[in-house]
Amino acid sequence: MVRSSVAINRALPGKIAAALVAAIVLGTLVAVALRAEAGRGLGPAEWSAIRFTVFQAVLSAAFSVLLAIPVARALARRRFYGRRLLISLLGAPFILPVIVAVMGLLAVFGRSGILNETLRALGLPEVSIYGLHGVVLAHVFFNLPLATRLVLQGWQDIPSERFRLAAQLGFGPRDIFRTLEAPMLARTLPGAAAIIFAICLSSFAVALTLGGGPRATTVELAIYQAFRFDFDLGRAALLSCVQIALVGAAALVALKLSNRDGFGTGLDRTVQRWDAQNTLLRALDTTTITFAALFLILPIALVILRGAPALTDLPTSVWSAALASLLIALASTILMLALALPIAIAAGTGRARLEAIGLLGIAASPLVIGTGLFIVINPIANPFALALPVTATVNAIMALPFALRIMVPAVRDTHANYDRLSTSLNLTGLSWLRLLLIPRLRPNLGFACGLTAAMSMGDLGVIALFADPQTATLPLQMYRLMGAYRMELASGAAVLLLALSFGIFWIFDKGGRAHADA
Amino acid sequence: MLTLDALTLTQDDFQLTADLTVATGSRTAIIGPSGAGKSTLLAAISGFLPPKHGHIRWQDTDLTQLPPGSRPIAMLFQDNNLFPHLTVAQNVGLGLRPNLRLTQNEQAKVAAALARVGLADMPDRKPAQLSGGQQSRVALARVLVQSRPLILLDEPFAALGPALKTDMLDLVAALLDETNATLLMVSHDPTDARRIANQTILVADGKAHPPQDTQTLLDSPPDALKAYLG
Amino acid sequence: MKYLSFAAGLFAATTAVAETPVLTVYTYDSFVSDWGPGPAVKAAFEETCNCELNLVGAGDGAALLARVKLEGARSDADVVLGLDTNLTAAAADSGLFAEHGQTVTVDVPNPFGAPGTWTDANFLPFDWGYFAFVYDNTKLDTAPTSFDELAASDLKIVIQDPRSSTPGLGLLLWVKEQYGDDAPKMWEALSDNIVTVTKGWSEAYGLFLEGEADMVLSYTTSPAYHIVAEEDQSKSAAAFDSHYMQIEVAGKLANTDQNELADQFLAFMVSDAFQTIIPTTNWMYPAVTPAAGVPDAFAAPVGPEQARLIAPADVPAIRDEALAEWSAALSQ
Repeated sequence: MVRSSVAINRALPGKIAAALVAAIVLGTLVAVALRAEAGRGLGPAEWSAIRFTVFQAVLSAAFSVLLAIPVARALARRRFYGRRLLISLLGAPFILPVIVAVMGLLAVFGRSGILNETLRALGLPEVSIYGLHGVVLAHVFFNLPLATRLVLQGWQDIPSERFRLAAQLGFGPRDIFRTLEAPMLARTLPGAAAIIFAICLSSFAVALTLGGGPRATTVELAIYQAFRFDFDLGRAALLSCVQIALVGAAALVALKLSNRDGFGTGLDRTVQRWDAQNTLLRALDTTTITFAALFLILPIALVILRGAPALTDLPTSVWSAALASLLIALASTILMLALALPIAIAAGTGRARLEAIGLLGIAASPLVIGTGLFIVINPIANPFALALPVTATVNAIMALPFALRIMVPAVRDTHANYDRLSTSLNLTGLSWLRLLLIPRLRPNLGFACGLTAAMSMGDLGVIALFADPQTATLPLQMYRLMGAYRMELASGAAVLLLALSFGIFWIFDKGGRAHADA
Repeated sequence: MLTLDALTLTQDDFQLTADLTVATGSRTAIIGPSGAGKSTLLAAISGFLPPKHGHIRWQDTDLTQLPPGSRPIAMLFQDNNLFPHLTVAQNVGLGLRPNLRLTQNEQAKVAAALARVGLADMPDRKPAQLSGGQQSRVALARVLVQSRPLILLDEPFAALGPALKTDMLDLVAALLDETNATLLMVSHDPTDARRIANQTILVADGKAHPPQDTQTLLDSPPDALKAYLG
Repeated sequence: MKYLSFAAGLFAATTAVAETPVLTVYTYDSFVSDWGPGPAVKAAFEETCNCELNLVGAGDGAALLARVKLEGARSDADVVLGLDTNLTAAAADSGLFAEHGQTVTVDVPNPFGAPGTWTDANFLPFDWGYFAFVYDNTKLDTAPTSFDELAASDLKIVIQDPRSSTPGLGLLLWVKEQYGDDAPKMWEALSDNIVTVTKGWSEAYGLFLEGEADMVLSYTTSPAYHIVAEEDQSKSAAAFDSHYMQIEVAGKLANTDQNELADQFLAFMVSDAFQTIIPTTNWMYPAVTPAAGVPDAFAAPVGPEQARLIAPADVPAIRDEALAEWSAALSQ
């Protein structure tokens, strides 16, 4: 079998990378479980935490994905000045550190936020952000950008030739939806929903702070409690297994649903849309984009407004932490590529289930991975000396599922469209990677790298478990400022963090998309 | 000589048999009803579909186990013959070296091939900046630099207009004259076959029939072909 | 560049064998930060000890204990600084800590016996504070003076989750200590005052400063920060009829390879040199009042007669019961 031998060769590095990821995630879990003394297992409190976690995650994923459809559609069929910048800006909440984002949301929706101030001024009853709806609102705030980007990517993956054909056939928006957009959504949405479900599954601080109390207990908080309140490592490992099982189930369902044929290929022409030019739809899209932009950007703008004055007062230790964070972010990005590219190639070559292994990254609790790594590393080396490499590795693994979701469909399309031609030209091995796959994947790679670097910048992650006074990342330094009452300086550090996260994301993302203009 | 020796091809429920030879230097059209297996036959010869039984030989070499890129074959598909992210020159250069690390001599060959197909002045364009006919010419330039003895065309010009298609077929014929390559060409248009192919393989009813003289076959078609020609 | 020196330090730590003895002290993260007592403590101790003091931050107090338990006998730590009396029973049970063998007269209220005595054989205190609700005195004229008054009012409070936060656990035990079997009722009464529950102290205090709540659970010493560091008189701690204490302690690990140095550090910890650093870096009361006293801003709004504490040995059992009650009452 000529074809499959090539396929096996292409899948092998991916299998190795996937095995490595599984070894780190599951190995640390086993390490924690083995270290456990007799615990009390899962009680009613844990089961109710599991129920709440799944419930809020389903709601959050559903709302994020459903709201992303009109936003992505509006962005896909409108061309306006600053559109690219807006699309990048809309990604900002996703890469924000949790505490910063929560502060931003509260500045808008909180008890003394601008929404309630306005309602008070108008003599209207106030609204409370605290409760399940607040949790969902915050998760939509975090994940709508990701959902929008994934769905928008789906829209952009429909070759412009198809829209041209549709325009030629006199299709209206409804016909276009039925023949082009609905199949694309059916292919894109399950994956996007699964990934957001998985993210929200491991939510902790957001769910607790906005959930308003113990009724909003998530599995991650239960893990935290098992660790530090009861030192019940067995229960922590058990809960981590539950989390992995839930994410795994969601991933398999999503992969099954989204494993459909692509749209074939076009000639990379700039997509032009001839439909939806009537005034009503134009107004609808404008309103959608405006609301999404307000919802996503306003809280961040308030964070910036609040913190910017403190920027010049930041002590040098914050700047050196920023440098450390940048280096970790770059290291994470390189590691992510080394893991994600082989897995994406293998997953796009028919081993679709490999992508599910990547999802382990969000399924796994950072606390469990961190503790597991600690248990594994401690006998052979000083964990503190390895704080930065360990943080970079864990951040890379955490970003893996997003990178894969971004890359796998593009790999699959490249295979579907160019396999015969490249095979007939003997374009194999490194040449295939260099001349075909990487150029075809460039926008996806740029997006994935940007996301990884930015997430790594903003992640408090496992560094807190390993830090000594000199090894601080920017988020950790920000928390230290808060812990020392320096809320003003902390908000300045938050702005710096935001600027760096966004800047690094912008550079990678723009680098990836640069050729599309050529 | 291309030999299809007691060949059985299967794809899902579909089965096609072929037991025939094609002479070196001949130009052979493959015609038959839609879905009869014309492209399947070409896929097997080019190595994309491993046969269930039988052998494919070129001269004295058994090709059956060779990967597509190692066969003495240059092929153009119905679509996706060019990589949209590579320039015209790069697309052609791939025919010489898949890693595109071309020597000066090879670069000269690419330039010459582009000149031969009339695209000397646009080596740096991307496919999207070319017309359909120009894209076909780029693909043909690559076939030219590949200088393989066997050329397979799976209706690459089907999307072009009649005049343009005629131009392309004439260009193919001219190139064949220069290289003495053997041509196998799928077509659903009898005039294409008459224009370029001296002999024709009829694919119908699960069988690829040995090549016959094109004029004779088309002038007095058997029943299966008659139904198709209408 | 600090980062470069850090990299060099890493290199040195992994390759070279230090010539001067190194005392490794695990502590909570905010202790080692630039704004905590860490840098000054390190400088002061190294002046006298002819050694290197290696302060290592590991999360907060509870994470600190988990860390030491994980490392077990292999731990590099010689001293653990930053547990509180809610954790000392569990820490002593682990068998990882040695007795300190020191006698010291402390200035920590003692609800169980004579003032000034310290009886824990494993752990010595280095600072302490009263948990209290902090409010903005420009917005709130009269603060409640008890949980009952608070529960009866419309005031909104932010508290911390006892499962993830030391002050959160302090509040849980405060209510349990004062109300006993009626604690669930008090939590139910308080539930409409609680805006939300946060993961840690920082988040809660941040929400309070942003105006999300009228009061936040913190310490009676919190206003001192605003007065001393920001010259801001607007924050006050509400004086209740009782105040649960947090007493922060340090202990020597049984398997230390720097036994004498560890003893020396514990003695240094209760000396003037260390204790003068504490108030304006850790914003807590020093365990032994230094000769120079403490800044006026630290004048306590409550006296030792209001001090409450659950005996460390009783904490583990009471804690689980109180958590179940808290969780049930606030989940309704």
